[in-house]
Amino acid sequence: MGLSEKDVDHVARLARIEITPEERSLYLRQLNAVLEHAAGLARVDVSGTPPTAHILPLRNVWRADEPAQGLTREQALANAPDKSKGCFRVPRILE
Amino acid sequence: MPLTDYEIVVGLEVHAELSTRTKMFCSCPNRFGAEPNTQVCPVCLGLPGALPVLNREAVVRAARAGLALHCPIAAFNKFDRKQYFYPDLDKAYQISQFDLPVCGKGHLEADVETSTGTVRRRFGITRIHMEEDAGKLLHSGAAQIGGSESSLVDYNRAGVPLIEIVSEPDLRGPEDAEAYLAALKEILRYLGVSDCNMEEGSLRCDANISVHRPGTPFGTRVEVKNMNSFKNVGKAIVSEAQRQVALIESGGVVTMETRAWDAERSETRAMRGKEEAHDYRYFPEPDLVPLELDEAWVEGVRRGLPELPEAKRRRLEAEHGLPAYDAQVLTESAELADYFEAVVRAGAQPKAASNWIMGELLAALKRLGLGVAEAPVAPGALAAMLKLLDSGVISGKIAKTVFEEMVSGGGDPAAIVERMGLTQVTDSGAIDGFARAAMEAHPAVVAEYRGGKTAGLGFLVGQVMKLSKGKANPALVNEALKRLL
Repeated sequence: MGLSEKDVDHVARLARIEITPEERSLYLRQLNAVLEHAAGLARVDVSGTPPTAHILPLRNVWRADEPAQGLTREQALANAPDKSKGCFRVPRILE
Repeated sequence: MPLTDYEIVVGLEVHAELSTRTKMFCSCPNRFGAEPNTQVCPVCLGLPGALPVLNREAVVRAARAGLALHCPIAAFNKFDRKQYFYPDLDKAYQISQFDLPVCGKGHLEADVETSTGTVRRRFGITRIHMEEDAGKLLHSGAAQIGGSESSLVDYNRAGVPLIEIVSEPDLRGPEDAEAYLAALKEILRYLGVSDCNMEEGSLRCDANISVHRPGTPFGTRVEVKNMNSFKNVGKAIVSEAQRQVALIESGGVVTMETRAWDAERSETRAMRGKEEAHDYRYFPEPDLVPLELDEAWVEGVRRGLPELPEAKRRRLEAEHGLPAYDAQVLTESAELADYFEAVVRAGAQPKAASNWIMGELLAALKRLGLGVAEAPVAPGALAAMLKLLDSGVISGKIAKTVFEEMVSGGGDPAAIVERMGLTQVTDSGAIDGFARAAMEAHPAVVAEYRGGKTAGLGFLVGQVMKLSKGKANPALVNEALKRLL
């Protein structure tokens, strides 16, 4: 098993991070070590354990459909690196 | 190009914004058209540490849609994170439902207009799942300030609740698609699930389109986005099918891709390659616990369902003996159907009520730009007028005059008839008088009639009606003329 350099490139691309060839081999080694460690879980006998979607024994946590005051626009934009006309300003996305 | 040698296969993915008061996972108002970034909070802005809490009403509405589309409501369902990077998605993941959606397989029936008439078809629904909407990118001129290329982002829409309704690849062309969408929209609006306003983006549709020769396996499907009206969905299906057929006929191969519909150029065009775009790395949303919707809960939702258009149509036909066409027109909105039933309850004969509502009432509402709820004639008043007509107090022609008077605020029909002296003349002496006068005025017609050309009778009836200013009872006029001739 184990990851290939191609897998590392793929994950880097999905995360939108640029990596050097040295970083690629470093991360390949590190990621494989992490996966190998986690593979220990596969050795646990879970034949009697029902699958679970959540670790908390809670269900149906929901609220009534009642509006409440959120942030003001000034608060919402307070930490924006760039803003214009009451909006967050971001680099243009090219399609 | 032999498009006719191929069969078009279409599956639709419809996103409908739920008309809840608040967003899916926070209490910000869910309202269209507010100033940018004024309906936001730490949850829908994706600020660190903020935790989502599910809006129960969103689940109720999703379940309503599911029940109306004959889908089982999942006893156990959960939310998942779908990760991708785009500036309109502030958290860099969308909370959606992946492998355990709220509703399973169902179906929708729709009347499809074909070249050989209207055909009722059943289309499979694959699933319905809940998810949150993303914010909106504004690409207006302001984005170009100072030569720096940028976009503006408004997160008011981020976190608005959506349901995505996925159809089976059961549609065979633009007619099917338009009929499916119209039927779906009607149901969602009747249920109060969504206002389905395509201009405001509360109903959006993507189409998976492929072509194949009948009898061979389905072709490779292409996803087409960016269609902003039912008509455009139909046009995009035809255009994309033609593109695929031309490609295949010239020896090419259709590749799985996403294309955008360009309404101005009436063609689909390739979007950026998305070879990895389907790697959304879904995993169960740790911030939300699963939903368990037991039978009692589902029954509660079912009891709250209004009568759906289809059931209402069948009932109007069965209970009131209305033709299918009338039932169709009267159920176009719940308000109109309610109006009709109120008129009938007030004592009017159903077919007469239907005729007047579809004809005079709808025409008057259209002319005045009013909705059914603001109709200037109350159901009881229309019923009272129809009773005057039925009992022969007024004629059909006079009834129209009375109705117009009611529309312009004339009040009670009996009072209008009284005030304007419109009571129908049924006195045989008076009618005979009008008949003799008409015959004396047109001796040639009388002679022809007596010579066997009976077509002149209608003309004489018309003359009598004129002399009586429309107030003579037409049946009695007929009788009188025949007798005197």
